[in-house]
Amino acid sequence: MNASNPNPPLWKRICDTTGLPVCRDAEFFIKLNAVCAVVFLLVGGLAAIALALTRWQAVHLLPVEWFYRTLTLHGLNMLIFWILFFEVAILYFACTTLLNARLFSRKVAWASFGMMLVGSLMVDGIILVGQADVMMTSYLPLLAHPLFYLGIILVAVGTLTGVFNFFATLWQAKKQRTYEGSVSLVVFGATAAAIIAVVTLLHGAVVMIPTFLHSLGLIAQPDPAWYRLIWWGLGHQSQQVNVCAMVSCWYLIGSITTGAKPLNETVCRGAFVLYILFINIASAHHLLVDPGVGSSWKIWNTSYAMYLAVLASMIHGFTVPASIEVAMRAKGYTKGLFGWLTNAPWRNPAFAGSFLSMCIFGFIGGITGVTLGTQQINIIAHNTLRITGHFHSTVVGGTSLAFMALTYYVVPLLFRKDFVFRPLARIQPYLFAGGIVLVSLGMSFAGSLGVARRSWDIEATGSVHGPSAHLFLAVLGLGGIVAFAALLLFILLTVGTLLFGESNVGRPMADWGTPKTLSTATGHGHGAAAPALAPGAEPAHDTRGTLVLALVFLACFAVYYFANWKALADVWPVR
Amino acid sequence: MNTPEKKHPLQKLMDNPWLLLALGVAIPALSYSVWGWIELVLVKPATLP
Repeated sequence: MNASNPNPPLWKRICDTTGLPVCRDAEFFIKLNAVCAVVFLLVGGLAAIALALTRWQAVHLLPVEWFYRTLTLHGLNMLIFWILFFEVAILYFACTTLLNARLFSRKVAWASFGMMLVGSLMVDGIILVGQADVMMTSYLPLLAHPLFYLGIILVAVGTLTGVFNFFATLWQAKKQRTYEGSVSLVVFGATAAAIIAVVTLLHGAVVMIPTFLHSLGLIAQPDPAWYRLIWWGLGHQSQQVNVCAMVSCWYLIGSITTGAKPLNETVCRGAFVLYILFINIASAHHLLVDPGVGSSWKIWNTSYAMYLAVLASMIHGFTVPASIEVAMRAKGYTKGLFGWLTNAPWRNPAFAGSFLSMCIFGFIGGITGVTLGTQQINIIAHNTLRITGHFHSTVVGGTSLAFMALTYYVVPLLFRKDFVFRPLARIQPYLFAGGIVLVSLGMSFAGSLGVARRSWDIEATGSVHGPSAHLFLAVLGLGGIVAFAALLLFILLTVGTLLFGESNVGRPMADWGTPKTLSTATGHGHGAAAPALAPGAEPAHDTRGTLVLALVFLACFAVYYFANWKALADVWPVR
Repeated sequence: MNTPEKKHPLQKLMDNPWLLLALGVAIPALSYSVWGWIELVLVKPATLP
């Protein structure tokens, strides 16, 4: 099979922009899953703004019972439904278009989608009627209506079915030799996400099925400590699926927007292997103050072994911008340390969203995550808003922003409509990134002052946190308003494009802007473009700018880490 | 004469999604879930004062 065949078989079409083959079955289910993802994003977003305006103590919008109900709704829609639907769409794209393959089974895709949709609606419905005010974690002995657990089981099994379709398509593609050699790095990243999803969903089944049976009154209550252990095998690991999918998006968007190629495929794949092997054990963070599990288990799972996964993130965090730097320098943007960066396509919303996602994930999410995951330091941060500040920068500033960035290509390439209101699309990633950074910092600083997470009223025990805490909760609220406005703008743009966008069938999509190759002869160049390589020569990778950025990152990491040890030391003053 | 290029063991691992799947399930299952479960089972019930 050849992508350039002018008469492709009926099961696929050739993309007018990229020239890549698009499996029609996969295209249909990618659209279906992506649309559902955006709908659940809207539900979760509405809940988010209500929560932000409640935690902003001066506003305190929701009454107490609706606060916990909305918190449950927000967590499940944002962390599970929006992300899982979008990830299934990414998996179907990766295993078909990038491998020139046909989706293994339309029936399996329908079964997956049906279970996920019914399960999600069941969960949202039972939360909204007030029968599941147990928050996302639903820790026993809190007990929700049986339909809540059944809904989650359906979503988990549905996603697992979609993952099966992905693996079956990989197997079929290899058997039919639709590609040669190794799969591309993006497909490899998607495979890593799928493997982690299997581990995650197995934990979900192990913990949710007995809890469901208990909610029906058929068995005794499972041990709450056991529940927490296994539940976090679902709850935290599902976010590691996001990490792999997000990193794959970074590589893909870097390639589409600047022509970047991975500096070293083996190293990048090795980093994904480290994710597969070690990232899941990081779930132990959540049990660092649980008395049932010992220090050896805690320290091994959150430090020694987990740091291998942190190493993987740092490898990706270096190679993605470095590959962009190499690509930009090859185009002639060679001036100084950062000429490649200042001339990057910042008006392209996909590039801007992807790069901002990388910065927020690394500088805020990564640094805080490793620090808070240290057993000793965790004792001063556990169950405070610092934890929520951390994961809003990874899951929202990192994953959601990367998925939004990808959407600026998914819609024109698969729905075949050019975006409406393009100037607004260009500012949307900046608005969302700015808002979520404020949310994350507001939470983190309020948490540092001792404000608890999942708490409706910080004044309930008297004003122990001081005026600074109120200031940072206001920052959280203001950031929430900005991020919510950007989220609404994103939904307006995508839905508006589906309804009113100009068709691009038969022509390439409208260009968001990609850097042109500079010619020194015309006088437009920054400096000399990379010289042509002699046959057989290895390209020299000039990544000075990225190296400086990496050193700045490491310096920030060191300062934050030691500041936290100092804060811990202050808890026990030596007299 | 073309001889098939010998693959590095790490490359072999990376080209085998089934082996990666098996390792990806086994390592967290043993390191996090099974070990943690054993620790919980070994907790002695508290005695009343």
